[in-house]
Amino acid sequence: MSHAEMSLAELICPAGTPAALRTAVDAGADAVYCGFQDATNARNFPGLNFTPEELAEAIAYAHARGTKVLLALNTYPPAGKVDLWRQAADTGARLGVDAFIVADMGVADYIARTHPGLRLHLSVQAAASSPEAIRYYCQNFGVKRVVLPRILTIPEIRQIRKEIPCEIETFIFGNHGLMVEGRCSLTNYLTGQSTNMDGVCSPASDVEYKRQPDGSMSSQLAGFTIDSFGAQEMAGYPTICKGRYTAPHRPDGYYAFEEPISLNLSRLLPELIDAGVHAFKIEGRQRSKSYVRSVVSAFRAAVDDIRAGRSADLANLVALTEGQKQTQGAFETKKWR
Amino acid sequence: MTKLTLGPIAYHWSAETRRDFYARIADEAPVDEVYLGEVICSKRAPFYEAEIPATMERLQRGGKVVILSSLAEVMLPRERKATADLAEMATPEIEINNAAGLFARGKRPHRIGPFMNAYNEATIAWMAGQGATHVTLPGEMPAAAIAAATDSARKLGLGVEVQVFGRASLATSARCYHARAHGRTKDNCLFVCEDDADGMPLRTRDDRPILRVNGIQTQSESYVTLLPELPRLVADGVSHLRLMPQAVDMVAVSELFRAVLEGRAEIGQADEQLGALCAGTSLSNGFYYGQAGYRRIANAASA
Repeated sequence: MSHAEMSLAELICPAGTPAALRTAVDAGADAVYCGFQDATNARNFPGLNFTPEELAEAIAYAHARGTKVLLALNTYPPAGKVDLWRQAADTGARLGVDAFIVADMGVADYIARTHPGLRLHLSVQAAASSPEAIRYYCQNFGVKRVVLPRILTIPEIRQIRKEIPCEIETFIFGNHGLMVEGRCSLTNYLTGQSTNMDGVCSPASDVEYKRQPDGSMSSQLAGFTIDSFGAQEMAGYPTICKGRYTAPHRPDGYYAFEEPISLNLSRLLPELIDAGVHAFKIEGRQRSKSYVRSVVSAFRAAVDDIRAGRSADLANLVALTEGQKQTQGAFETKKWR
Repeated sequence: MTKLTLGPIAYHWSAETRRDFYARIADEAPVDEVYLGEVICSKRAPFYEAEIPATMERLQRGGKVVILSSLAEVMLPRERKATADLAEMATPEIEINNAAGLFARGKRPHRIGPFMNAYNEATIAWMAGQGATHVTLPGEMPAAAIAAATDSARKLGLGVEVQVFGRASLATSARCYHARAHGRTKDNCLFVCEDDADGMPLRTRDDRPILRVNGIQTQSESYVTLLPELPRLVADGVSHLRLMPQAVDMVAVSELFRAVLEGRAEIGQADEQLGALCAGTSLSNGFYYGQAGYRRIANAASA
């Protein structure tokens, strides 16, 4: 691999708030990604995200320190509401974002035509998991980078890299998305709020923890029991795809989709860089400043070590998951599927 | 006249079951168009794909238009090849469910399937410019968005389709949850999904039915039904109404929808009959009303 290619191993870091953005910049992010306070991005959570004024200040702060700002416009506008996404794109362009992260073809087409000089990144929400799908977006909208779904093995990523004309970004740390992103209506089925159209996933406003008479705790979403826990256990957040259910062959209840587990590919970093991954994404716009600081700093050091040909201290990264179970998900083996 | 369609079978029904099912559909079901082909799991296709030409011919003899549907998830070499091969077909019409199919098809005419996320007028206009002739809207869209999307699509000359019966597709994954329930993985699944003709039921730990597993797909526990909403869908310009095959009498289901569509049946009565045909399964229309999908909202217009 050429040195030029290796030097692209960028660290893409979450910024849910202006303070988190400054923290990520200071901790060594090559780029930060963020969104506006509305349905135009897939982390439309209360208390998160940026006003246009805040984004302007954030861009000035980041650019002064050589960090790029990527704006997530990665939801799907329902018919009749497309203007909100167009205005967000226009605002982002006016404020000088370095790239848009998009999923909807209509949004991609609008930005490609209206702001032709600006970089487009294809969001994981577009679920482009084959060279052909990725090339469709490159060819038609000039997409410069694809964020790959978290469902591919490293050999598969290496193969895709050879067949596409754009850069690859992969998730490396944080929430472990199970479902094909941009194709999931589980939250809407239980709560009436859509992940694709509203940017909402298992919303806190619908969460309740209920103590049962036997001392157990059930964590509920919109009145549905997503999991239940013994009196001594810590009750987990009721994310539908991390819940425990029963099935005819599993009468005692099991994690039908996945355990509450977090993605940590730190040990695979050297292999991913070697496979031609250009950028590594840390998930977690909803996480605290201190979390952002420790995760970004640790990954900064590791990526710098690998780029300099030193062996990275990956054990530090493993410790970051705060005692939560970790997985390398689909990346290491097809057996995950 | 608004058309009734039968969507592709989502489940792993055996070749024999499919043969019998489509023979009866060809002879007895008052549907205009039928979608064939494997949309969910590429491992299933070899069990019955050799019979597709005969099934197609059988349906066409029964007066049905046949459309071939492509896979929703395309990742493995065999999935890429299946998608590319389908895109090369001159006839019959094809329905594309993954951007890999759009890439292979280029500007040749095609239908846009429900997995393509055609949520809005901008996306639909883009797709129409690339050769799309018809679009099936995502199942979670509410009435106002359906009306707006339909209006723009019809003005561009596109057919517009909405699912009006059957379990909603809520998610797909690279992982097979049928295999997982049996302690297996997708590669050594032993086709255990064949045991669940209407999906594998998941219940909450306090025993409330919630979801259905169909291989890599997660579906609603409830059957969506927009039977009482048919007049409004038709008035809004929706040209095609899709019935998804479930393990119930689909001929009888299609007859009810046809009767309401033609004004031969009173909606309340037809709705009651549909409930009886689907006894044991809850019915829902929440998505249409912008509410939780599993809910059944009383139709204000027909009340």
